[in-house]
Amino acid sequence: MLELRAVTAGYDPKAPVVRNASLAVAPGEAVGLLGPSGCGKSTLARVAALLHRPDSGTLLLDGTPVRRWRHRAPREQRTAVGVVFQQPRLSADPRLRLTDLIAEPLRATGRREEAPGRVAELAAAVGLTPDLLGRRPHEVSDGQLQRACLARALVLRPRWLVCDEMTAMLDASTTAALVAVVEEYRAATGAGLLAVGHDHTLLRRWCDRTAHWEDVTGGTP
Amino acid sequence: MTEPTPVLSVRGLSVRFLMPGGRRVAAVTDVHFDVAPGECLALIGESGCGKSVLASALLGLLPANAQSAGEARLGDLDLISADERTLSRKVRGRLIGLVPQSPAAHLTPVRTIRSQTEETVAALAGIRGRAAVRDAARAAAERAAFPAGHLDRHPHELSGGLAQRAATALALVGDAPLLLADEPTTGLDRDLVDRTVDELRRHVDTADGTGRGLLMITHDLAAAERIADRVAVMYAGRIVELADAASFFGSPGPRHPYGRGLLRALPDRAFTPIPGLPPELGALPEGCAFAPRCDRATDACAALPPVTGGVACHHPVPGSDVRAAEDVHA
Ligand code: SF4
Repeated sequence: MLELRAVTAGYDPKAPVVRNASLAVAPGEAVGLLGPSGCGKSTLARVAALLHRPDSGTLLLDGTPVRRWRHRAPREQRTAVGVVFQQPRLSADPRLRLTDLIAEPLRATGRREEAPGRVAELAAAVGLTPDLLGRRPHEVSDGQLQRACLARALVLRPRWLVCDEMTAMLDASTTAALVAVVEEYRAATGAGLLAVGHDHTLLRRWCDRTAHWEDVTGGTP
Repeated sequence: MTEPTPVLSVRGLSVRFLMPGGRRVAAVTDVHFDVAPGECLALIGESGCGKSVLASALLGLLPANAQSAGEARLGDLDLISADERTLSRKVRGRLIGLVPQSPAAHLTPVRTIRSQTEETVAALAGIRGRAAVRDAARAAAERAAFPAGHLDRHPHELSGGLAQRAATALALVGDAPLLLADEPTTGLDRDLVDRTVDELRRHVDTADGTGRGLLMITHDLAAAERIADRVAVMYAGRIVELADAASFFGSPGPRHPYGRGLLRALPDRAFTPIPGLPPELGALPEGCAFAPRCDRATDACAALPPVTGGVACHHPVPGSDVRAAEDVHA
């Protein structure tokens, strides 16, 4: 289970953007979290991805509470969750070639030798050609860069995937292609998914169930 | 019935970027289309297909390494050969109102909406005198349904929807005959998308049919379906299909395999992607650029398909036969 229990989080403890949010994703399950933009759902996604320490509440990964966040989180927890954001240009190091961008988490966890095989495998899955892999972010389109960011999120074979508005900037075909990659990965590995977004049609089609922001935050202040 | 004179008439427009090392990128190639008064034409396609470059070409905002050819007539002015002085004094704001992709970035962050609107009103509508400018600015805001109570706010104090309305208010001030909306709904929630396009539509529709024309560039097919009278599908720098919106989104559906693929990718349709990636604009194949991804391709497609009946394809889906063709493929 990936479980968020009574999470309150934000950037100013006096005015948290997430209040008392609870949500659970079972292994292999795909849950869509729907909410209007600016409601705080991206902050909750960052908590679920161990990237933002909540003011209060608990994140449990397979029963173990997360006590440390970001780079201080223990490796086995950090590598259990892969994350993709809305804006690939903000989340990709502009100096790295796509091939190094995808391999970055392997290098950071001392598994550099797996990179060539794993990158080739994932590049094929997300539809990036060898020519594109040699380019830097400013030399590819948003859609191509997001393909690389998805490959990077999958490179450590996470048990959980958090996709925060992954396709909001993308055209219909690239959207369908990236969702298909996620679903193939989940079918092969049994990974669970938390997909955060505002597009009802998309999340209802993609996920096993959808939850609304008001229900997740329970209305309790 | 005679056709009304188009607001914008684009003929043979091409844009090439000259890259270091002598490489040429064919961003826009031989584009033809019209926008009639009171009409909304939606230009759709994947990111990188050339649609934003086309918008920049119309506004005279191409980078220095771009070369354009062809014509884009707006009244008696050709936008492509116009000099920068004409473009900045007569075109941007006065002949073309730009509704930008990211209003928050387009508005000046350190000034209130009121001050920006007043400045635009004074500059474009030629209104003089403090009280008159003030009234005109309030009226301009009201026209775009921007609440008067928010006029003294700065752009960052506005929601995405209100920032979009503020930007639309500025775009409308000059009473330009053409509105150019560049991805106006990116990042907006669905109900806000609906509201934004409905408001844009309202500025195009006038009772006497002499309204302005709207060219909307978008990758949001649902927004295009909601607002457009006609659809132009762009692929690899060319318009591959120009169709009536009702028949494109409804029956008989797109006739070009690319347009058909785009619609099939929608989550409320088949949700299946078009295989492969669009080609590099710097290394386009000889014949039809869609051939490597096309399930109807034959040897004939090694030659560039001519535009016939609004469709650039050697084997378009027959207009009356889309359903049958879909069944065979299913
Ligand atoms: S010309 Fe040929 S390859 Fe191109 S879209 Fe038509 S059928 Fe497909």
